[in-house]
Amino acid sequence: MKELNIDELKRRFQEKIDNDIKIEPKDWMPDDYRQTLIRQISQHAHSEVVGMLPEGNWITRAPNLRRKAVLLAKVQDEAGHGLYLYSAVETLGADREETIDDLHSGKAKYSSIFNYPTLTWADMGAVGWLVDGAAIMNQVPLCRCSYGPYARAMVRVCKEESFHQRQGFEIMMKLASGTPEQKAMAQDALNRFWWPALMMFGPNDADSKHTQQSMDWKIKRHTNDELRQQFVDITVPQAEMIGLEIPDPDLKWNEETGHYDFGEINWDEFWQVVQGNGPCNKDRIDARRKAKEDGMWVREAANAYAEKRKARLAKKAS
Amino acid sequence: MSKKEWPLWEVFIRSKQGLSHKHVGSLRAADEQMAIENARDVYTRRSEGISIWVVASANVFASDPNEADSLYEPANSKVYRHPTFYDVPDGIEHM
Amino acid sequence: MEKALFEYLLRLGDDSLILGHRLSEWCGHGPILEEDIALTNLSLDLIGQATSFLDYAGKVEGKGRSEDDLAFLRFDKDYRNLLLVERPNGDFGVTIMRQFLFDAYRKPLFERLVHSSDETIAAIAAKSLKETKYHLKHSSEWVIRLGDGTEESHERIQEALNDLWKYAAEIFYEDEVDATLKEAGVLPNMETLRADWEEIVYSVLKEATLETPDNNWKQEGGRKGLHTEHLGYILAELQYMQRAYPNMEW
Repeated sequence: MKELNIDELKRRFQEKIDNDIKIEPKDWMPDDYRQTLIRQISQHAHSEVVGMLPEGNWITRAPNLRRKAVLLAKVQDEAGHGLYLYSAVETLGADREETIDDLHSGKAKYSSIFNYPTLTWADMGAVGWLVDGAAIMNQVPLCRCSYGPYARAMVRVCKEESFHQRQGFEIMMKLASGTPEQKAMAQDALNRFWWPALMMFGPNDADSKHTQQSMDWKIKRHTNDELRQQFVDITVPQAEMIGLEIPDPDLKWNEETGHYDFGEINWDEFWQVVQGNGPCNKDRIDARRKAKEDGMWVREAANAYAEKRKARLAKKAS
Repeated sequence: MSKKEWPLWEVFIRSKQGLSHKHVGSLRAADEQMAIENARDVYTRRSEGISIWVVASANVFASDPNEADSLYEPANSKVYRHPTFYDVPDGIEHM
Repeated sequence: MEKALFEYLLRLGDDSLILGHRLSEWCGHGPILEEDIALTNLSLDLIGQATSFLDYAGKVEGKGRSEDDLAFLRFDKDYRNLLLVERPNGDFGVTIMRQFLFDAYRKPLFERLVHSSDETIAAIAAKSLKETKYHLKHSSEWVIRLGDGTEESHERIQEALNDLWKYAAEIFYEDEVDATLKEAGVLPNMETLRADWEEIVYSVLKEATLETPDNNWKQEGGRKGLHTEHLGYILAELQYMQRAYPNMEW
């Protein structure tokens, strides 16, 4: 086969994308596409894994056995999702360990929402309902992403996530219909998580540097603002139904657009938290780094044992 | 990363008796035994499987997508391999 | 008899509850993602077992206490778990050794309890046995890997064994509770339980190139409600919500 020049390769690549043909690991792809995916998928994987920490914070204090088991299973799922995603990253030739080192060094980012603390049990409800709700909204379109392994991982993740949001909403519903103390706890959690949840969709379209290219490559299917609007439209009636109030004085239904108008997000806070100034950035990374360092001797031992065993088996066979 | 990572394994799961094993993803494990157990914990948390295969990723050899034209396209013209290629008159059954 | 049965169910339930709690502390902090998930699976199984045993305990007691009342609203002296399971997680080696010594007891125990004259116990044991077989396989393999791995891992896991050995001896603590239940056929064939445990433990330790400690001292107390300092802190977390917000539903 004669060597194709790069423009021809690019043209064929884009043609596949335009025809909704999935790109698979060994297919030719532009370097930028590969790098964008590595960045996005590993960021996504880090978010799952770092996201275990704020909820893990309440596992030992869950109020009854059922809630404890559900929360534990949920946080465990996040670990599973992290793993599915790291395994998608590895199909692109990136090494899991290296991407994790980038997280620990601060080079790689993760969803900023996890830099907020979980202060009460109601936060388990708010995180499940709002944070997982927002995540699902981001993730469902990714099931159709142009890169095969990412799309397949997302199908699995979305299937599993559906219980996450429900369990969160159930917690909120129970609190909202409980004692005044419980209801206040639920409202307080909503107050603290509402705005950070809206920030999860990323900067406004006008300020989002990656959106257009990612849309052309069908890695992304909707813009940040579209998804954010969809989230608000869906979530506001849910809050009303359980008698909680969205902490936004500017929130109101707009007959003309058929959507809710909502107030201005504090982008200053958003960027500060992204850059490391959130209440828990350091705690989260320290915890992940510690887990990795403390586990080093365990991983080494398993390797050493595997080698010894292999050598013994080989000796036996000869 | 200074220390050696655990090797990567591809995981295949049979979801129920009668179906073939299907690729579901990968994971890391120090040896095949651990790979099976990790696969059980990672990929069958919701009763997705009744049998697991693990294959060291290093042992998977794949065809080259650049040769796809010559490997797979010639089959496209062999339409006579498919039953729909043949005319069967009305009234003939069980064929 | 009811009293002995209630007492024994607390022993079974509390062992699962407290060890499940300890393992849940690992969630998000495991040595590698795959093992993080594995530890959580063990924890979930144990919490499920605790729920079944404590639910039944409440029914046997007949005072209207639910599994949650028993899990979350007793004082430390009323918990009946082994001291072994309340030991802190330590490093991964301590957690695995604690798990192994416990699994090596639980598997033969459940193998006997499936023949219990008490049908509820037999049913819970049958379900738990399947889980426990896997737990034992997982913990045995890790004991061997760490014991026969690197010099560092060998030292660490040997030290864990040395530390936990005296607590493991409590596994075979027996009193009038056991006597009553044996007579009633609720606890069948317990004579060889210890021999089974030893067989499992010694063969795995041998393969792991670990030395059995020669310390014969038994550190007991848990079965009678006399615990170590650690249980108080476990309960402070476990019971926090129920104590801070009494009589509410969650």
